[in-house]
Amino acid sequence: MKLQVNERELEVDAPDDMPLLWVVRDLMNMTGTKFGCGMGLCGACTVHIDGSPQRSCITPVGALAGKKITTIEGLSADISHPVQRAWTELDVVQCGYCQSGQIMAAAALLTSNPAPTDADIDQAMAGNICRCGTYQRIRLAIHRAAELSKA
Amino acid sequence: MNATIVSSRRSFLKSGVVLGTGLIVGFTVPAGKRLMAQDLESAEFAPNAFLRIAPDDSITIFLAHAEMGQGVWTTLTLLIAEELDADWSTLKVEHAPAAAVYASLRRGFQGTVGSSSIRDEFERYRRAGAMARTLLIQAAAIRLGQAPSSLRTEHGEVIAGNTRLRYGELAEQAATLPSPDPATLPLKDPAAWTLIGKGALRLDSPEKISGRAKYGIDIQFDGLLCAVVARAPMLGGRVRTFDATQAKALPGVRHVVQIPSGIAVVADHYWAAKRGRDALQVQWEAASGTVILDSDQQRQDLTALTHTPGQVVTQHGEVESAKKTAQKIIEMTYTVPYLAHATMEPLNCTVKLSDDGCDIWVGSQMQTFNQRTAAKITGLAPEQIRIHTTFLGGGFGRRALQDFIAEAVEVAKAVNVPVKTLWSREDDMQGGYYRSAFAQHLRVALGPDGRPVAWSQTSAGQSIFPDAPGIHPTSVEGMSDSPYIMRSPAYRVEAHSPRSNIPVWYWRSVGHSHNAFVMESAVDELAHAAEQDPLAYRRLLLESDPRHLGVLNLAAERFGWGRTPAPGRGHGLAVHQSFGSYCAQAVEVSIEGGNIRVHRVVCAIDCGIPVNPDNIKAQMESAIVFGLSAALFGQMSIKEGRVQQSNFHDYRVLRINEMPQIEAHVLPSTESPGGVGEPATPPIAAAVANAVFALTGQRLRDLPLRPSNSA
Repeated sequence: MKLQVNERELEVDAPDDMPLLWVVRDLMNMTGTKFGCGMGLCGACTVHIDGSPQRSCITPVGALAGKKITTIEGLSADISHPVQRAWTELDVVQCGYCQSGQIMAAAALLTSNPAPTDADIDQAMAGNICRCGTYQRIRLAIHRAAELSKA
Repeated sequence: MNATIVSSRRSFLKSGVVLGTGLIVGFTVPAGKRLMAQDLESAEFAPNAFLRIAPDDSITIFLAHAEMGQGVWTTLTLLIAEELDADWSTLKVEHAPAAAVYASLRRGFQGTVGSSSIRDEFERYRRAGAMARTLLIQAAAIRLGQAPSSLRTEHGEVIAGNTRLRYGELAEQAATLPSPDPATLPLKDPAAWTLIGKGALRLDSPEKISGRAKYGIDIQFDGLLCAVVARAPMLGGRVRTFDATQAKALPGVRHVVQIPSGIAVVADHYWAAKRGRDALQVQWEAASGTVILDSDQQRQDLTALTHTPGQVVTQHGEVESAKKTAQKIIEMTYTVPYLAHATMEPLNCTVKLSDDGCDIWVGSQMQTFNQRTAAKITGLAPEQIRIHTTFLGGGFGRRALQDFIAEAVEVAKAVNVPVKTLWSREDDMQGGYYRSAFAQHLRVALGPDGRPVAWSQTSAGQSIFPDAPGIHPTSVEGMSDSPYIMRSPAYRVEAHSPRSNIPVWYWRSVGHSHNAFVMESAVDELAHAAEQDPLAYRRLLLESDPRHLGVLNLAAERFGWGRTPAPGRGHGLAVHQSFGSYCAQAVEVSIEGGNIRVHRVVCAIDCGIPVNPDNIKAQMESAIVFGLSAALFGQMSIKEGRVQQSNFHDYRVLRINEMPQIEAHVLPSTESPGGVGEPATPPIAAAVANAVFALTGQRLRDLPLRPSNSA
C-alpha cells in the first residue's frame, strides 16, 4: 500500500491490521516514534494523522490510505519547530524516550489552541506518560512554545 | 592511515600505562582494543580513555556511565571541559565501550547505579581534562618555542600573546608527547570554575527532541530479526510442552525455539513475532517446590514476622529498662508493597554472535556484568563481549539486571542469527524483579521532654541479595543508620530477610525508598505524641546533624512552614539522607473525591558541590514524581503466583494533570559531591502521608496511601 509519511509517498508491504507504529519503525526504519504500552495508554507513539494527534500503536495501517501522516522526524528538518525550540531552552528532556510523543502531542495542541492555559495543557497532555517526571517543564515549555509561535 | 603516527601513538598510549599510584589508575586508552583500532584517525589526540581531540577541533568525550535521563551526557562532559578549557560547541559525547579502564574506581565495575556517576568521576574526569590541557600546552610551547608557563588556555585554544592555536591544530603533536601522571596535575581552584556550579544545557536535547536518539529498541541493521518470548504466566513456572505449528505458519515468523526462560518466536519484525507468540500453544507447569504466592498473604506474614525476634543489625544501651521509665511508648506498624520499575522503554537487547566474539547493543546500567553474563552463555571470554551502550529509556535499577541480557543471548545463540529480543509492556511489568515488599514494627519510648529514650525497630522483607550473609545493607539503609535511632540513648534494630520466589531488585533509591517512608512517618507520629510541631520536633532530634538541619530549614522557610493551611489543605514534612546527599521536602495536599491531591512540593537538597545546578533541580522534580507515583498508586499484587498488573491502566503512574508545583532549592556547598538521581525519591511518601495526617487526623501506615474518608 501507499502511505503519505512526512510529505513523502512511501510504498509499504504490510498487513492491514499492522499498527502504524510498527510500520514506521520496523518497515520504514523511522525509529523516532516510540513503543511504550501497545494499548494507547502512554502516548509515546503519538503521531499526527491529518494533523490530529493519534496513538500509532493502536492505529491499523490499513485505515490510513490517503491520509497525511507526520512523525517526529517530519515535524521539522532542523529542530526549529517552536515546541522543539522551547524544549531545548527549558531543558525538558531526561531519558527522552517519551519526548517524541510529548512533542507531537504538544505541537498538535498548539495548532488547535495557540494560547493554552495550564488546564488546557493538562487536558491535552494527560495521555502522555513521562516516568522521568518532566511534566512541570513540559507545561512551561508549551507556554514558551506558544510565545515563540506568536513571534 | 599513517602507520608511523599510529605507531608513535600506540607507544605513547602504552607509556601511559606507567602512572602514579593512588586515586588515578586505569587512565589509559585500551590500546589495541577495538576502541582504538576502529576509531582513531591518524591525526587525533587521545590523551586518555575519556576524551579524544580531532584536527577539526571536535572533542569526543567517552562516558564510563550510562545516560538514562540523569544527565551524565552533559555533566561528565562538563567536568572534562572545565579543566580542558574546551569550546563547549565542539564537544561530542559517546558511551564508552565496556572495558576495565571504565570501571568505577570506588566500585570496581563499570555500571551506573546508586547515584554514583558524579561521586565516582568528579576527580577522574577533571583530571582527564587537565591531562589533555597540559599536553596541548606543551605541544604549543614546542611549536612556538616558548615556555609552557607563559601560555594559557581559553575556549579551545592555547594563547600566547596575540597568537592563538586551536586545540585541533595541536592534536597531532600533543599525541606524540609523553603522558604526565594525572595525579600530579594541579586542578583549577574552585573560584576559577566557569562551568562547575553554573551548569550547561543538556547536550542530548537535539537528538532526543528530533527522534534521532538511539535507544536499545531503535537498533536496526540488515539481517536483524526480532524476538518475542512467551514466558510462564506464573512466577517460577516452566514450559511443559508447546506446539508451534500455527505460529510458524504466520508470515514473517522465522524460528520458534525453546530457551531457558520460555519459547522465543523470532520473526522479521516485532509485530510478526508478537502475532506468532499469540498463535503459540504452550502448556505451562509450576516449578517443583514453588509455593503459591499471594502478596496480601505475604503482607500479613511479613507483619507477623516483625513481632518476632530477628537478626540484630545494630544496638546500643538497655532498651527494655529505658522503656520502663518512659513517659509514653508509641507502637507503629508500616507496610510497603512490591513495585515495578515501568521504564518508558520496555526491556530489550540486541545480540549478534560472530566468530570473534559477541556484539550486544543494550541500554545497560551494568556493562561489566553484561560481559560476564554473555561470556558464560557463549563460552567466550568477557573481553570478547562488546557492549554497545545505547541511551536508556529509563533505568531506575531495572537495567542493572542481567536477566534480559542473558535471555537475548540465549535467543541469538539458539537461532544463530542477530536478534533483538523485545519485551511488550505486559512482559516487562509481569516479568518480575520488583522493589521488595516490607513490613516494619516500631516501639519508641519518649522521655519527659518528648525525645526518644529507647527505640526498637524490626523490619521484614526479602533481601535483594538473599545469599549474602546476615542482613544486607540494602534492606536497612536509611533506617539502621538513621540519626533518629543513632541519637536515641538506647536502641535495637532487628531485621528478617525471608526468602520468596518473587524476584526483587534495585528500584530507584533501593532500601531508602521504603525506610524513609517508615522513619519520617514515625517521627511525625512521635512529634504528635510529644505534642510538638513536626518541624520543631525534627529540629530538636537533629540538632547535631547540621546538613539535615540545613535542608530542613531551607525547605521549611521557602514553603512558609507554620502558616495555617488554606481550608481543606494539609501540610507535611520529611527529611532524609541518602547516596551522600540530604533532602527535605514540604508538601501541601488536599483530598478530592477520596484521592490525595498533591498541590505543591518544596524540596531542598544538599548534594555537596552542586556541579550542574539546573540538572540537579530536574533530578529533584524527577525523583519526586517517581516517588509520588509509588506513594499514591504503586502496587504490584500477586495472586496464586500470577502478577495481577499488566500495563499502565492497572499500574497507575502520575500524569501531568496530577502534577504538583515543585520548587527545588539547591544548597551551596563545598563538600564533595553527593548523588542526585535518587535522594529526592525517599522523603516524598512520608511528606505526603504526614500532610494527610495534618489534614484529616488519619495516619496512613501502608503504601500506597489510601485515605479511608474524605476530609
